[in-house]
Amino acid sequence: MTTTALTVDAKDVVKRFKGAVGGPALNGITLSIPKGQLTALVGPDGAGKTTLIRLIAGLMKPDSGSLYTLGIDVAAKPQEVQDLISYMPQRFGLYEDLSVMENLNLYADLHGVPMDERRERFDRMLSMTDMAAFTNRLAGNLSGGMKQKLGLACTLVRSPRLLLLDEPTVGVDPLSRRELWRIVQQLVEEEGLPVIVSTAYMDEAERCKHVIVMTEGQVLAQGTPDELCRPAKGRCFVAYPREGELARTLQARLIDDKRHVLDAVPESGAVRFIQAGGTEPRDLEGILLGARCEATPSRLEDGVMTLLRERATQDGHEDAVETKNSSVQLDTKDPIELIKVRDLVRQFGSFTAVASTSFSVRRGEIFGLLGPNGAGKTTTFRMLCGLLPATSGFLEVAGFNLRTARAPARARIGYVSQKFALYGNLSVTENLTFFGGAYGLGRQELYAQVERALDEFQLREKKDERSGELPGGFKQRLAMATALIHRPEILFLDEPTSGIDPLARRAFWRRITTLAAEGTTIIVTTHFMEEAEYCDRIVIQDAGRLLAIGTPHEVRSQASGAANMNEAFLEIIKKARESRQTGFNAVEA
Amino acid sequence: MTLLESITGSLRRISFLFRKEVLAILKDPAIRVILIVPIVIQSLVFGYAATYDLNHVRYAVLNESRGAASTNLLARLEGSKVFVRAATLRNSSDIARAIDNGEALLVLHFAPDFDAKLASTGSAPVQLILDGRNSTTANMAAGHLSTLIGQFNASLPNAVRPPVNIEIRAWFNPNLESRWNIVPALIASLSMIQTLLLAALSVAREREQGTFDQLLVTPLRPMEILIGKASPAITIGLVQASLVFCVALFWFRIPFQGSLVVLYVGLVAFTTACVGIGLSISALSLNMHQAMVYAFVLIMPLILLSGLVTPVGNMPTALQILTYADPLRFAIDLVRRVYLEGAGWQDVGMDFVPMLVIAAITLPVAAWLFRNRLT
Repeated sequence: MTTTALTVDAKDVVKRFKGAVGGPALNGITLSIPKGQLTALVGPDGAGKTTLIRLIAGLMKPDSGSLYTLGIDVAAKPQEVQDLISYMPQRFGLYEDLSVMENLNLYADLHGVPMDERRERFDRMLSMTDMAAFTNRLAGNLSGGMKQKLGLACTLVRSPRLLLLDEPTVGVDPLSRRELWRIVQQLVEEEGLPVIVSTAYMDEAERCKHVIVMTEGQVLAQGTPDELCRPAKGRCFVAYPREGELARTLQARLIDDKRHVLDAVPESGAVRFIQAGGTEPRDLEGILLGARCEATPSRLEDGVMTLLRERATQDGHEDAVETKNSSVQLDTKDPIELIKVRDLVRQFGSFTAVASTSFSVRRGEIFGLLGPNGAGKTTTFRMLCGLLPATSGFLEVAGFNLRTARAPARARIGYVSQKFALYGNLSVTENLTFFGGAYGLGRQELYAQVERALDEFQLREKKDERSGELPGGFKQRLAMATALIHRPEILFLDEPTSGIDPLARRAFWRRITTLAAEGTTIIVTTHFMEEAEYCDRIVIQDAGRLLAIGTPHEVRSQASGAANMNEAFLEIIKKARESRQTGFNAVEA
Repeated sequence: MTLLESITGSLRRISFLFRKEVLAILKDPAIRVILIVPIVIQSLVFGYAATYDLNHVRYAVLNESRGAASTNLLARLEGSKVFVRAATLRNSSDIARAIDNGEALLVLHFAPDFDAKLASTGSAPVQLILDGRNSTTANMAAGHLSTLIGQFNASLPNAVRPPVNIEIRAWFNPNLESRWNIVPALIASLSMIQTLLLAALSVAREREQGTFDQLLVTPLRPMEILIGKASPAITIGLVQASLVFCVALFWFRIPFQGSLVVLYVGLVAFTTACVGIGLSISALSLNMHQAMVYAFVLIMPLILLSGLVTPVGNMPTALQILTYADPLRFAIDLVRRVYLEGAGWQDVGMDFVPMLVIAAITLPVAAWLFRNRLT
C-alpha cells in the first residue's frame, strides 16, 4: 500500500452542510501530507480548514471522494483512526472547576492510559508546558495562554501517531504563543510526531515544513514556505513616509489603490506593500507622493496575500471597503485630551489587577493596549468603558469624571467586545434600532443612522436576517455598526481581530484608520503585535504595571535592537520580569 | 437639560428596551410555546387531579346475619353513589386479604346475631375495618359512613329523635368541592413559576452571551434597565394569570364573585414581587445554569409555605413567621377571597403590604447588582 507512507491522503474530497448557503464547505480537496512533519493550514475564514481537520479526525464523513488518515480509510473506520490520533479543537473542553492535575487524570481515564504509564507521561507534559508548579490550581483560574497549554497537555496524555491542532493560538499573547510553538516543535523533533495545525498567523506557518493555502473549500496552493514566497517575489517594497506624515496615512492610500497594490501594512514606521502584476513605477507616483521606496525580499505572508488577492480579483468579488477619498492627511496633533487616567488602581480582594497607571489619549488618536494574557489590559479597558469601578485613582472620559457622571460619559463612547455580543435572535435592523434607541437617538435621526449603517457596513443584503446566524465577517461589521450608531467620540475595541483572517484584518484596519482620520478616538487591544504599527501610541502592560508608553517607534527603541514590534514586546516583558525577580531576591536576601 | 427632557429621554430609552425584550421573547419559537401551552395544560391537570373529594370508596361486605335490617343498611350504601361494592366475602378469614391487596378501602362486618339483637334490644354493633395506610382517605370514608348510619338510625321505626340536629350550609362553596379551593389559587401559583423563571433567566442569559456588557455601556441607567426588564416579565405574568383565570371561569365554571379591578391590581402587585425576586436571582448569577438552580431552589419552598396545599395555620410558629416573606401566600389569599367571596379593598388590603414590601426590597437590590456584581 502506498498510502501507508502518507499521514493524510485525500482525493476529491467534497463536504456539503445541509441548509448552508453558498458552495460546499470542501469542494474537491486533493492533497497528500508525508509522514513526520509539521504542516500548516492557512486561509481566510470559511475556507474549510476546520472542516478538513474534522474530516481527517474522522468526526465527520466526506460526501464523496476518498480520505485516508495514517493509511486507514477514515469514512469506513473512524474509531480506528481516532485511537491513533489526538485532536485539539478550537475551544478545547477543559473542566474549569477541576484542577490542572484532575483535568490530566480525567483525560487519561477517558483515553484509557494505564496507571503505570501516567506518572512518566504527566511529568513530561508538565515539564514541557512549565506547569509543574500549578498542578493544584483550578483550570478556570488559569490565564488564556496557560489554558491552551493545559489543553495541549490533555490532548497529549497518550502518545498519538498524529496531532491535529485547530487554531491553537487564537486569543493567546505572543509570549504564550512562543511557548506553545516551542512545545509543538519539540514534539516534532524529538518524537517525529506529524502535526497538522491551522493558523491565522503567517509567522507560525513560516515555521512549518509544508504549508497548504485553502480558500473557498479548495486548495489554492501548497509547498514549503520558501516556495510560497515566490508569487510575491520582486514585487515587495518598503515605502518611507515623508516627514510629518503618518505611516498609516500612506498605507491607507496604498491599500486603497486596489488596481496597483495587492497589500500594504505599516511596519516599523514605514509601509510594506506588494505591487500588483504589471505595475510600473510611475503608476504609484500619484500615491507615494515622493515617499522613498525600496525593494525588500518577500515573506510567506506576502506570497499568501498575493495568491488570495489575485484569486479574489479573478472571481470578481472583493471584500470592498468603501474607499472614501483618502486625501492627504498630515499628522496634526489635536491638543485636546479626551481620556485622562491618573494613578488608576484596581484590586480584586488582595490581588492587584491594575497598579497605579497613568496615561492620556488625545482626540483622534489610535491608542493601543498591549500585554500578555492576565496583564491587566482587560481590567483597564473595562474601567475606561465604565463597566468596572476603579478602586482608586482619577478617570476622565470625554470630559466626564467616571466616578460622578458615568451615564453622560457612556453616551459618547462605542464599545465592541471581544466575542460577538449582540442579540442573536434579533435581525440586523432590530439590533441597530435597539442600540440607537438606547443611545437616545431621536426618531428621524435613528432612521437615518440605521440606513447609513446598513450602507456603510454593507449590511443591507442581510438586514432582516437573524444576526446570530450571519457569517463571521458580517457579524464583525454589525458589531462595529452598532458601536458607531450614535457617532461616538471614542471607540473601544477589545481584541477586534482575534481569530479573523489577514484579508478581513486589512479591511478592518482600513475602516479604523478612516474613523481616526475623521476625528474618532480609538482605543484598541490586540495580540497581533504588527497591528500596533497602526497606532499613534501604545502602552505595554504586564502584571498590572505600565512598562512602556509612546509611539511605536519610541517603544521599539526602548527595546534596543528589536527588529519589529513582536521582538520589542517580548524583550520589554522579559526585562521587566527579570528586574522584578532580582528585586524579589534582593528583598529576600 | 431640563427635568422634563431627562424624563422623556429616559422613557424613550426604556421603551426601546421594552420592545427589544418582547421581541427577543416572541422571536424564540421555543419560548413562545412554553409561555402558553404548559400553563393551560397544568391548570387543567391540577383542576382535575388535585382534589380531596372522595367520590369512589370501594368496600367489601361480610354479612353473616342476612336479615332485613342489615340488607336495608347495605341498600343505603349502594344508593349513595359514593360507595362501590368491590367484594362480597364468605368468612372472616377473607377480610385480611381484601384489605391487604387494596381491593377494598373498608370492610363492613355484620355479626350473625346483628338482626336478632337489633330487633330484641334496639341496638347492635356493626364492625368497620379500615385501611389505615392512607389515614386521610380512611377518615373521610369513615365520616361518610357515619353520616349514612346516622340517617339509617333515624329511619328506624322506634328511633328517638336526637336532641340537637346539625344543618350545614357551606358558604362560598355550597357543595364543598375542593376544586373551588384549588383552581383560583392556581391563578397566582402557576403564573409565579414561569414569571420567576423568565425574570431569573433574563439578565443571566445576557451575561452568559456577553450582551449585558453591551447594554451597560449604553447610557441606560440601572433603574431604566430594571424597568425595561421588569415590565415585559410582569406583562407576561399577567397574561398567564389571565389564562388560568379563563380556565377556572369558563372550563371549570367556578363563579367569579369579586371585582376584576381588585383581582388585577392584586395580581400586578404579586407579579412585581415575583419579578423582583427573579431579577435579583438573575443579577446575582453568572450564567443561566446558576440562575435556573437558584430559581428552582426557591420555587418549592415558596409553594409549600404559601398555604396552597396545607393551611398556614397548621404550620409550626417559626415557619408561620417565614411565610410573611412568601408573596404567594398573600396572593393566594387575595385571589381566593376576591374570587370566591367577592372580597373588596378593605378585606384584602393587608395582603398588599407584604407583597409590596418584597417588591420594594428586591427590585432596587437587582438594579444595584446589575452594575456592582463583580465578575
